Amino acid sequence: MLTIATGNKAVADAVKDARPEVVAAYPITPQTEIVEQIANYVASGELGSRYIPVESEHSAMAACIGASATGVRAFTATSSHGLVYMCEMLHWAVGARLPIVMANANRALGPGWNIWAEHTDSLSMRDTGWLQVYVGSVQEAYDATLMAFRIAEHTNVLLPVMVNLDGFALTHITQPLETVDPGDFIPPMELPHAIDITNPVGYGTLTPPGEYYKFRWDIERSMRSAAGVIEETQAEFGKRFGRRYGATEEYRCEDAEVIVVAMGTLGKEMEIAVDTLRSEGMKVGSMRIRWFRPFPDLDLEGREVVVIDRDYSFGFGGIVAHAISSKYDVSIYSVIAGLGGQEVTYDDIAGFVRDRRPGEEFWFGVDA
Amino acid sequence: MADIPKEEFIFKTTSACAGCSSSLCLRHILKAAGPDSVLVVPACCTSVIQGIYPNTAFNIPVYNVAFAAAAAVASGMSTAFRAAGRKTNVICYAGDGGTVDIGIQALSGALERGTDFLYICYDNEAYSNTGMQRSGGTPLGAVTTTTPGGKSEGKKDLDLIVEAHNPPYMATACSAYPLDLYKKVKKALSIEGPKFIHILAPCPPGWRFPADKTVEMGKLAVRTGMWILYEREHGELTISGASKNAMRKPLPIEEYIGKQGRFKNIDQRSIAILEQQVAHNIARITREAEGIC
Repeated sequence: MLTIATGNKAVADAVKDARPEVVAAYPITPQTEIVEQIANYVASGELGSRYIPVESEHSAMAACIGASATGVRAFTATSSHGLVYMCEMLHWAVGARLPIVMANANRALGPGWNIWAEHTDSLSMRDTGWLQVYVGSVQEAYDATLMAFRIAEHTNVLLPVMVNLDGFALTHITQPLETVDPGDFIPPMELPHAIDITNPVGYGTLTPPGEYYKFRWDIERSMRSAAGVIEETQAEFGKRFGRRYGATEEYRCEDAEVIVVAMGTLGKEMEIAVDTLRSEGMKVGSMRIRWFRPFPDLDLEGREVVVIDRDYSFGFGGIVAHAISSKYDVSIYSVIAGLGGQEVTYDDIAGFVRDRRPGEEFWFGVDA
Repeated sequence: MADIPKEEFIFKTTSACAGCSSSLCLRHILKAAGPDSVLVVPACCTSVIQGIYPNTAFNIPVYNVAFAAAAAVASGMSTAFRAAGRKTNVICYAGDGGTVDIGIQALSGALERGTDFLYICYDNEAYSNTGMQRSGGTPLGAVTTTTPGGKSEGKKDLDLIVEAHNPPYMATACSAYPLDLYKKVKKALSIEGPKFIHILAPCPPGWRFPADKTVEMGKLAVRTGMWILYEREHGELTISGASKNAMRKPLPIEEYIGKQGRFKNIDQRSIAILEQQVAHNIARITREAEGIC
């Protein structure tokens, strides 16, 4: 069905179509519309989920963990301070191998209070073991959320998935949205280690060093399998519903000598910048990283790379830039831009590429 | 006693300390709850008592969770079970630190939401699992590793906090009265909605008394009025048998605190405050039981 929707509405619609048994909800700007919309769907009977209005984000994730442990599908949504508040339980969900799906409206962290887009919130949860996808449009927010359930619940994955969408820049903008009838695209959830009172076991008991590392390795093994499951799921989605996605979204990269890389909505802005620069005769392409965990293989060999990080690791650098430099032997110009919702236009992005200084870091608005 | 099932859900291979009252309580709780139950355990002594992976001494599903998360995990679990049409008992078994301190927000939320679960706090009045540090449940004057001179503040009144949520059932219990505990768990699980039981659980190494005096210490807590056994069903308070007698003529509190090493340096002023609190609590509970409040 073709409608007009915000990024938040798109996520809520995907949740409605994926039919989780339990939704834990706690409001936080700019995610609140997601849990409000889901509350409406539950109240109207369009969605048969049980809705738990928890008293904090820590409890939101804890409630999802408790629900998922019984073998049912669970969803929550959060943002920024909410995400970092539930950090402990994010680790727990992974260790407990629970395929929870969560939407995170990317937002800066205080102080000062800032409700606008930045990726440092989710990137600071990078090492929890959650799969992370970053979307760039309303349609993609819907599609990625729907696919997240199938990917998380796949028997070779059984890890939680975080769908990230830029606060306001995507959560609150309106675009066309085509919803689908998922049918058997999302099969019933089967959790092999669901609580079974006829086979009582201890979950998460004290685990000594000689055993603990095996569970950690099993998480990594699943994370490696996840890359294939994501590819297969996205291919199947494309076949059924006509919209195709990769681990990255590349634009005019084939003959590009310079590739500009970013995540989220800035990744879409880049495409207009690429067209501008191409018209000036520069061989430029753009690559929007969609899946950050597991980290994808990138075709960057022999190119100059400009990375725009809407995030920062203090005392170290742009998180995406460093992820790329740690995997690929390429020359990188690291641009830090868009923090706390700072406006970055496609003209600004074209400027970053024109004025690139390979090997250096540039803070947009600070450095001359 | 004939009513208590012979079936054991805790085997004799636990890692509990000698004289552990919390594992004694849990043994009776699980007999009352039966096999269609899941235990949700935050960080506490029971995290260790159940045994080390891949072994477990508990013959019931045990879901270990983060310190602050027990009541919230139970919310999700109970909701999912009920959505599936299952009546499985969801029972949190948490220490005082995990309840009155770090877990109180999740507990308050779960109570307020009317979650269909039973939350049991076994109160050994300190962070015993980590080696006896002060908690909000530690009484005035008690020495812990973080109050080497004795705690200068009183015990947080958890029951008043829980009462403010108006749960359909709440009770106090003590490890020295297992039949009373058994009956209270049975009753709690027969009621829909949030249920709460607060158990005083004397801890020999933490409180510094001999391991063979656990039951005696629990009885002295009740006989001195330092701990009052009651239940409150839909707001209606009933004082339990052992406390009914004790409250008429309580033993001097020295009978109780004088037998525990943790109170060995307590001063007269603190003793007087504890005595006042005992008198106040007895008067308050008596008035409520008699309908004069």
